[in-house]
Amino acid sequence: MHTTVVVIGAGQAGLAMSHQLTAASIDHVVLERNEVAHSWRTERWDSLRLLTPNWMTRLPGHRYQGDDPDGYMTSADVVEYLDDYQRAFSAPVVSHTAVERVVARAAGFDVHTDHGTWATDAVVVATGACSRPCVPDVAASLPAAIRQLTALEYRRPDQLGEGGVLVVGASASGAQIADELQRNGRQVTLAVGEHVRLPRTYRGRDIHWWMDAIGQLDERYDEVADIDRARRLASLQLIGSPERRTLDLNALITGGVDVVGKLARIVGQTAQFSGGLANLVANSDLKQNRLLNRIDEFIAETGERCDLDEPWRPTATRLATVPTELSLSRFETVVWATGYRPTYPWLDAAAFDRRQRIIHDGGISAIAGMYFLGLPFMRRRKSSFIDGVGPDATELVLHLRTYLDQRR
Amino acid sequence: MTDTQAPPADNGVNVAHLLGAREHLTEAPEAAEFQFRAHCDWVNGTHSRTVIDSYSGLGAEHMHRQSFAIEADHPEVFASQDNGASPPEIALAALASCLTAGIASVATNRGVQLRSVSAKVEGDIDIQGILGIDGDVRNGFNDIRVTYDIDADASKADIEAIVAQSQKRSAVFDIITNPTNVTVEVL
Repeated sequence: MHTTVVVIGAGQAGLAMSHQLTAASIDHVVLERNEVAHSWRTERWDSLRLLTPNWMTRLPGHRYQGDDPDGYMTSADVVEYLDDYQRAFSAPVVSHTAVERVVARAAGFDVHTDHGTWATDAVVVATGACSRPCVPDVAASLPAAIRQLTALEYRRPDQLGEGGVLVVGASASGAQIADELQRNGRQVTLAVGEHVRLPRTYRGRDIHWWMDAIGQLDERYDEVADIDRARRLASLQLIGSPERRTLDLNALITGGVDVVGKLARIVGQTAQFSGGLANLVANSDLKQNRLLNRIDEFIAETGERCDLDEPWRPTATRLATVPTELSLSRFETVVWATGYRPTYPWLDAAAFDRRQRIIHDGGISAIAGMYFLGLPFMRRRKSSFIDGVGPDATELVLHLRTYLDQRR
Repeated sequence: MTDTQAPPADNGVNVAHLLGAREHLTEAPEAAEFQFRAHCDWVNGTHSRTVIDSYSGLGAEHMHRQSFAIEADHPEVFASQDNGASPPEIALAALASCLTAGIASVATNRGVQLRSVSAKVEGDIDIQGILGIDGDVRNGFNDIRVTYDIDADASKADIEAIVAQSQKRSAVFDIITNPTNVTVEVL
């Protein structure tokens, strides 16, 4: 089988790429191991909603048409949205076809799947940034009696026993899971490392409305001072909820969650936590306030929004005495919400650096004709958002077209 | 949010060199493996003298410009002779000096001219631990507080951000706040 471009993965990134390839009349297929939006169907907890409001769920040629632009989609809503998108332009998705090997040839690539081999000029990898949970080595030191699960495996509170829970990680996943478990009668301890604190709304608008308006989400990968650091930045400590509530450490502490520093190690029956939490929360508060200052400056410069609420600042994070050691007897379950990594078991070693990270420049692989889409801060700050894959796909198609033209 | 395009500030820190080293060591991580050492001799009673003169790093052995000695002892209230600061106090000094060096470096990198930087360091310790009176009391500090008084050409928020970044990149802050494997052997 032959096609000009093979897109791997039919989530928002793969579909956005397919849409832009279709618009450019470039022959292609989208290979999908299961069906469209598979990870939205199977790898999300029940209560999860997007962190971005509905109006911001923009894909090339497709936008939210419902009556709740400020709400937040559930996973089921996202599945429906992406199904609609695929149907709207008849994206050439080949479902239930798992890629097994991508082999570079002189004249392009052979993409081997469990249903035959595609010969292609170019490959776009759009399999997402969250394929594999990232669990720290310390997990191996936990006694077998403590049940461990990752944020990818977590679905709902009744999956766990009634006993105490240690949630490790306080970005979006960890903060939301800790909050849900504490509200459902579990005593939760939350181990907090570096995190990005934000209020859900500011001066009457969603924080993402502001981040979009001031251009922060459009900041480009080749314009930030330290792109490696920007790409490693934790996800925003936010929750999408019908009441648009803020989920920060103050809210969690008020709800009864015990907060400790980053999990450092397990010694016998004791968990040890970093004593450096005060600095991390001070840093988060400072960064949050810098963003709010930027928003205030933007409002002052643009001038016309006289209907807005007055400027305000969230209360500084209030930590009580934070223990640095806890007995493991408090915990029946440990939930690892310590981040995710993409995996590409079917790519050649040449695609990776010595730390096993793919080598790319804004999604353009060091291997000619190979592209990536949907990774954190790949070309702009919102690259890993649904709202970010469209502009990235548009730019990559321009590059891809030049690449294809040069080969002819 | 970024460190770029700040006007030059002279705090006596060679930031260009540090940034060059960062770039170089990213390419050659083996050269980043350093070993620091100290040599301690018992003098008498609780008095000891630690000499620091050599270290390794950048793929070579190095000597300090001169040999440095640190006298340590226990205070008179412990019926000792107080020939030097106590070891926990030296740990506080190490923390403060590490953070202060970081503040000077970060401030320079951000184009912030410092005029004065002083830190008060307090460590709360319950000696029922080291005396073995109460097994539930730890030997070390229960709480360490560092209070900085900084005069610089920057807003309070910018100064706080510099102090925060200094903690984020401090060796001794990490050593004190996170557990470290320690092996002690006898020849």
